[in-house]
Amino acid sequence: MSQSTQEPSVGTADRKDSPSRRFAADFCESRLAVGGLLVFLAILLVAVFAPQISPQDPYDLVALDILDSREPPGTQSVSGHLTFWLGTDAQGRDMLSAIFYGLRTSLLVGAMSGFIALCLGTCIGLMAGYFAGRVDTVIMRIVDLQLSFPSILVALMVLAVLGQGVDKIILALVIVQWAYYARTVRASVLAERQLEYVEAAQCMGLSRWRIAFRHLLPNCLPPLIVVGTVQVAHAIAVEATLSFLGLGLPPTEPSLGLLIANGFDYIMSGRYWISIFPGIALLITIASINLVGDQLRDVLNPRLQR
Amino acid sequence: MSVFIIRRLMQSVVVIFIMTLIVFFGVMVIGNPVDILIGQDCDGPCREKVIRSLGLHLPLHEQYLVFLKNALKGELGNSFKAGIPATHLILQRMPATLELAFCSFLIAVGLGIPLGIWAGLRPESLSGKVIMGGSILGFSLPSFWVGVMLMLLFAVELNWLPATGRGETVPVLGVEVSFLTLDGLRHLILPAVNLALFKLSLMVRLTRASVRENLLMDYIKFARAKGLSMNRIIFVHVLKNILIPIITVLGLELGNLIAFSVVTETIFAWPGMGKLLIDSIDVLDRPVVVAYLMITIFMFIMINLVVDILYSLLDPRVRLGDIKQ
Repeated sequence: MSQSTQEPSVGTADRKDSPSRRFAADFCESRLAVGGLLVFLAILLVAVFAPQISPQDPYDLVALDILDSREPPGTQSVSGHLTFWLGTDAQGRDMLSAIFYGLRTSLLVGAMSGFIALCLGTCIGLMAGYFAGRVDTVIMRIVDLQLSFPSILVALMVLAVLGQGVDKIILALVIVQWAYYARTVRASVLAERQLEYVEAAQCMGLSRWRIAFRHLLPNCLPPLIVVGTVQVAHAIAVEATLSFLGLGLPPTEPSLGLLIANGFDYIMSGRYWISIFPGIALLITIASINLVGDQLRDVLNPRLQR
Repeated sequence: MSVFIIRRLMQSVVVIFIMTLIVFFGVMVIGNPVDILIGQDCDGPCREKVIRSLGLHLPLHEQYLVFLKNALKGELGNSFKAGIPATHLILQRMPATLELAFCSFLIAVGLGIPLGIWAGLRPESLSGKVIMGGSILGFSLPSFWVGVMLMLLFAVELNWLPATGRGETVPVLGVEVSFLTLDGLRHLILPAVNLALFKLSLMVRLTRASVRENLLMDYIKFARAKGLSMNRIIFVHVLKNILIPIITVLGLELGNLIAFSVVTETIFAWPGMGKLLIDSIDVLDRPVVVAYLMITIFMFIMINLVVDILYSLLDPRVRLGDIKQ
């Protein structure tokens, strides 16, 4: 696709038009998407380096002072060492530090579940699309069945049965997400397997598994990447919702959803900061991922290919 | 047509059967019911007795048959906490949830379709762009956070609307409803708007896209050439054509509303079955959880069935295509 429109040129122009550079150039056409990407990278850095940049370790009970509890934003701590720019919660925890650590948990759960679901869904979708026949019918029936239930209900079912915990919520999110990946991969495999290169590979006597994973899979990647970004944002939102309901993560590892839930108890008394700021952090995270995903969809959509 | 309906009914029965299997194995095999149903102070002979009385000593397939037989009779065990049959408890709470879901549904449809048509007719205008911008916001804001914010703004800061509960209710045909009293209506507004926002955005986007697509078609040109007024073209011809995708999505979204009401009900302490589910999970009231899952799954499958049948009634291409296969 990318080489076909290349004009005859000399020297360095070839390098300039390599697929990855074209991709980068296309992506940068939307300022909004670039902004989203930058914001997301910043959030990622904050999450990774949370222990280094947080003013306080929110889980170190010794560092907390109960006298600091529920202070509004901008208050000085009792000990005078630090200022709580975003206020404190009921335990006297600095909200800014709690949000940094919460981002870490939220992103970790979202990325882990997204990655596992991606691998699982891709393998299943590849099998359905490439082996066709009865395998395909059975798999697609299961996918249709699952997609006819809303993801929040499926996740609630899993967690109602399994109980709380990081591993359980990741499992629940994988169960919620795999079907989207499987359906996406299957659709593109069905289109790809008609093409000559698959026939050529078959003529060369390559095994079915090799054709599926070495030749078909790379060509199915673009739609997968798009679905992947959207799904990670979705997973973060679902996890936050479940944690807010008290079904997701245990209180020892508060994600953004749990921080909002904690603050919700104090909202009637006007202490807005405990739940507003984690909410804004969640919002920015989801919005930035969605912006990147939107632009990726436009760039990778073959129908819009220039 | 009847062939289509019968086939679709059979599919639904199979799906319900599969779901009972999944719920049964999920609850009875993965989760250990003995530990949850029996208190710590009860062991030895006492434990043995409870296991027998609950039928847990039977082999799994027999347990499943008992479970299925009871489920068909609508008996899914007594709630530990309330001591009454779990299905009754849920059916008691169901009107509140349905009321909330239908109100949200009305808001989403009643506002979403007109706004979508407006934005679709004027995609470049400021109002069209504002509507689209709003819908993107409604899409990406997590619904539980919007609920918290609505509550903070309208109930705590401005003090215009009550924050929690259902308010005064009046019985209609033996069912308590709150939308007929002023107090009940005031209680209903915030949760209904919260639940509706996501669907509203979806409706706006869907309607706008369909309107724009339809405006380019030949039949519009023909209708204009015939000299029909723009109003007639939009509200008779275009509206009819955009209804098909909208009804499909709407049907599925009705189910979605019921599922998402879990979140809204928890925030606004709306006494529906979603709140009951969360409360029951908290106190490990397992029969209620199982009953909730079975009833919701059943409702979902029925909604999907009705939507499919409606869809085939509206669009003859669907049912002809299915029979040919």
